[in-house]
Amino acid sequence: MAAVAESKGRGAALVMVLYLLFLMLPIYWLLNMSLKTNAEILGTFSLWPKNPTLANYRTILTDPSWYMGYVNSLIYVVMNTVISITVALPAAYAFSRYRFMGDKHLFFWLLTNRMAPAAVFALPFFQLYSSIGLFDTHIAVALAHCLFNVPLAVWILEGFMSGVPREIDETAYIDGYSFPRFFVKIFMPLIASGIGVAAFFCFMFSWVELLLSRTLTSVNAKPIAATMTRTVSASGLDWGVLAAAGMLTIIPGALVIWFVRNYIAKGFALGRV
Amino acid sequence: MTLELRGVAKSVGGRVHIHPTDLAMQPGSMNVLLGPTLAGKTTLMRLMAGLERPTGGRLFWNGKDVTGQRVQDRKVAMVYQQFINYPSMNVYDNIASPLRLMGMARNEIDRRVRETAEMMRLTPMLERRPLELSGGQQQRCALARALVKGAGLVLLDEPLANLDYKLREELRVEIPRIFEESGAIFVYATTEPEEALLLGGNTATLWEGRVTQYGPTPQVYRAPQDAVTARIFSDPPMNFSTVRLSDGQAAIGQASWQADLSDGEYMAGFRAAHLSLEQVSGALPLNAVLESVEITGAQTFLHLRHGPDKWVGLIDGVQRRELGQELTVWLDPAHIYLFTPGGELARAAPYAAAA
Repeated sequence: MAAVAESKGRGAALVMVLYLLFLMLPIYWLLNMSLKTNAEILGTFSLWPKNPTLANYRTILTDPSWYMGYVNSLIYVVMNTVISITVALPAAYAFSRYRFMGDKHLFFWLLTNRMAPAAVFALPFFQLYSSIGLFDTHIAVALAHCLFNVPLAVWILEGFMSGVPREIDETAYIDGYSFPRFFVKIFMPLIASGIGVAAFFCFMFSWVELLLSRTLTSVNAKPIAATMTRTVSASGLDWGVLAAAGMLTIIPGALVIWFVRNYIAKGFALGRV
Repeated sequence: MTLELRGVAKSVGGRVHIHPTDLAMQPGSMNVLLGPTLAGKTTLMRLMAGLERPTGGRLFWNGKDVTGQRVQDRKVAMVYQQFINYPSMNVYDNIASPLRLMGMARNEIDRRVRETAEMMRLTPMLERRPLELSGGQQQRCALARALVKGAGLVLLDEPLANLDYKLREELRVEIPRIFEESGAIFVYATTEPEEALLLGGNTATLWEGRVTQYGPTPQVYRAPQDAVTARIFSDPPMNFSTVRLSDGQAAIGQASWQADLSDGEYMAGFRAAHLSLEQVSGALPLNAVLESVEITGAQTFLHLRHGPDKWVGLIDGVQRRELGQELTVWLDPAHIYLFTPGGELARAAPYAAAA
């Protein structure tokens, strides 16, 4: 019996190791490349860097045309997250607490916004923002991403809010809390994990979205992802720097995931667990 | 401080939840709303609190019309069946929160919080969060928050329903004591007649959105105005049987007794506890078929069928009888209420009139 259990355990471990190997391989390869010179990347096949170098990272962190990409991305991502959450909180509260005509249809319609590919909106956004002078600004990208992030945030927050008994609202009113005060002091702490998860989803979407952010910017608000796709120069691709940029792009996402790791499953279920 | 409801009614989407209701509650009185679930106890309470707007009638507090006034300005307190506290604050802050909103001085808040916590026996738990407390302590915290601000109207919506038996007993004893100390109007909703009797004060019986009777609890219990009130205020529900009266003689089955009412058809009602398996002098013998037996420790519920009527008898001690058997039970006519076929009280049970 013990032998069977042991071999079973070993089989499971093997599958797990293989799985992790497949999962980590591309990331490892990216890291591997980022620490090599272009000559080594193109010239030889090596499982680890022969002459590890941080030159690629140095390039990115010292050259404004590179690091400003990160700064631009972070600016519009943070703007978008703040706007999305600020708008979604009252909307989600209304959907979770009040019944009004067409509420269910409206709620579903919100989600259908996410069903259209971003490319559909690229053209109208580009034309609209150009004509009102918002082209190539951070707020332009942040607002464009709201189209996708606000509905998602509303859905996630509504799920979390519906988990809070309505009696808490009423008790607070009876105790004398005004609505804004109740919302900030009592209600928001109760759905803090939901806000965290919603912010995470907004952050991630906005961070990885390429098409809209590239279409709506040229120089001043150019995101890192766009910078990375424009590194083809006369001397060919700069593989090492590109790999280093890729590594740095993963970091913010990984950091944010770390903070909401305990609630993320509930977030994927839109708070309805 | 008086609370007065004048013709207060509530309907939602064409469905009547509360029929026009008149009630006047005296200062410092304990008022029990008694009725089964969905009778409208909670709705009536929410109307009193101002959480819902009546669709008709007006509400007066100390003679002032408060219909439609914001909940925040009502200065009422309410405790729910679920233990509602602010989970993100500790017990101290929970109790202090209504006082802080009133803008009270810090040392005054501290004094009152500690005083109330002492009364609710929460002093050792002040630093804990509500979710780290037992159910009874959570409900006591909710009660403390309701009482600390000295509201003139305290609404308790089945506050003990979600507690286990022992805690319920414990709090049930405490509530009248708390009530005495507070001097406020208490409104207490419950589904259990026994609870209403223990709390005393006044009772309003509710049935399908209508207050069927309001008065001192013992009076409502002993002299219910109609069959519906009698049914609500008996646990297990009152037993009924149709009787014919002729020449001052009423008859159930074979048994008959003197009743000074005009001839005709009546509904006789009696409480389960008044049925007996032993012959008592003057009692009527009634033959019924035993359908099932429930034994609850020291008492036995006998479910009987008498002709078309289903009765429940509550007998002391453990009674083991064969099912399906015909059985003679005894009923003292002094315990029989007579209602008209329409359900109105024709004559209270003589024992109740004497008491």
